Amino acid sequence: MIEVIKKVFTLDTWKVILPAIGDTLFMTVFTTVLMAIFGVLLGVALFLTQRDGLRPLRVFNAVFGAIINALRSLPSMVIIILTMPLAKLIVGKSWGPAAVIIALTLTCVPMFARMVESSFLEVPRGKVEAAKSIGARTWEIMFKVVLPESLPSLIRNFTIAIIAVISVTALAGFFGAGGLGDVAVRFGWNRFLTHMMVAAVLVLIVIVEFVQIGGDIWAKHVVRKRHL
Amino acid sequence: MSNNAFIRIEHLYKTFSTQKEQIEVLKDINLEIEKGDIFGIVGFSGAGKSTLLRCINRLEEPDSGSVFVGEQEITALAHDELLAFRRKLGMIFQQFNLLDSRTVRGNVSFPLEVARLNRADIARRVDEILELVDLSDRISFFPGQLSGGQKQRVGIARALANDPVVLLSDEATSALDPQIALSVLDLLRSINEKLGLTIIVVTHQLEVVKYACRHIAVLEAGSIVEQGSVAQVLTNPTSDTMQVFVKVNSNLTAGALTEGSGI
Ligand SMILES: Nc1ncnc2c1ncn2[C@@H]1O[C@H](COP(=O)(O)OP(=O)(O)OP(=O)(O)O)[C@@H](O)[C@H]1O
Ligand SMILES: [Mg+2]
Repeated sequence: MIEVIKKVFTLDTWKVILPAIGDTLFMTVFTTVLMAIFGVLLGVALFLTQRDGLRPLRVFNAVFGAIINALRSLPSMVIIILTMPLAKLIVGKSWGPAAVIIALTLTCVPMFARMVESSFLEVPRGKVEAAKSIGARTWEIMFKVVLPESLPSLIRNFTIAIIAVISVTALAGFFGAGGLGDVAVRFGWNRFLTHMMVAAVLVLIVIVEFVQIGGDIWAKHVVRKRHL
Repeated sequence: MSNNAFIRIEHLYKTFSTQKEQIEVLKDINLEIEKGDIFGIVGFSGAGKSTLLRCINRLEEPDSGSVFVGEQEITALAHDELLAFRRKLGMIFQQFNLLDSRTVRGNVSFPLEVARLNRADIARRVDEILELVDLSDRISFFPGQLSGGQKQRVGIARALANDPVVLLSDEATSALDPQIALSVLDLLRSINEKLGLTIIVVTHQLEVVKYACRHIAVLEAGSIVEQGSVAQVLTNPTSDTMQVFVKVNSNLTAGALTEGSGI
């Protein structure tokens, strides 16, 4: 036990861990940015087109919702395999961190889109009606009422979504993308190098804590500023 | 009625369909409201008061019938024209419906941004209107820092910001304690006098009618059962609704007005 702990803090261990941290962060940051952009766009589309939404489009909403649900029901692993040809087309190869980002994004965008939609739905109808009553245009209601009013909830959901991104990056290791999850499996599990596993898991825990605390501070800051 | 009716509602019908049933909420509503009036719409809960009010700015789309404001037939407006019309109309709500993400200044600016005024004009107008509702010293506060009465005054300021021709009020004083409610009604009365604004007040409280309105219409299960000047209707109520209202009201002692009859 003590041996293992000692080994966790040796140079050799960190020679493996440090590049893995780089890979994990690379995948996380890229996927998060793409997830934020497309998740918000799709969330807005879902919110606007619902039955009693600001721009109801029943067929679009139903089809679109079904696609999102289908993507959400597929295991990330399956999505990675299915997107390999696509990745090859876009980044030139079907493996490595860049290739895997497409699959990660496809996994995380539908989830975040639903989170964004549900944050928007929490905004009291009366506020939207008040905006309508003064003749606000749909985009004004969206960007001056619904989005800012739901900001604390959006931030909390975003935090949860980033943490989900970090956890799916672990899968990417199977496709040569590296990362901490990969280290934990390849060294820790396959080669019985427990200290590698411990080190990788420790770093993952620290990253996740960091994201969660950051998100909490941000959300609380917004709430406090508004005196809610 | 009079020839100078400013708001005319003709043969208005509205039905809500739920999965199980069709609820006929408004049945053949006919109304005329003069310019500069404070007009009350009263009735029991569920009578259709809010629905009628919301048909005037088409927050609710009537099934048939027409609404005229001035020369315009509101029920015939295309979407863009409707938005333009709404910018000339203010609405206040029981739950205030202010934006928590904006300060008092930001809330009152909102309709002016929508109306595409430039920044300097917005700033000037916001100062002016906050002066009118006596909230100049709270301009940088968020709604979360205001009392109910102050919130409703911000709501009124927002509704008045773009110089509306009509103000719609849906139970605007129902969530406030009697004293504060009285001060909000005073504010509405003084705005009515100063600006000549036509105000339509939905309420289930006779005190509000007595204190603020000149004419009323009584709504009972989706139909107007009685209308006229307040004095006329109160001294000689003919509808069941109004007889109950007047009876309950006269059973209350005079003191009850300030002790929680909830103006
Ligand atoms: N969106 C809706 N869908 C279905 N039924 C509705 C809807 N809105 C209102 N109703 C029904 O219409 C009737 C009238 O409602 P409305 O809100 O106009 O009443 P009200 O007179 O304003 O009552 P209150 O004093 O309680 O506010 C009620 O029976 C209500 O259940
Ligand atoms: Mg109502």
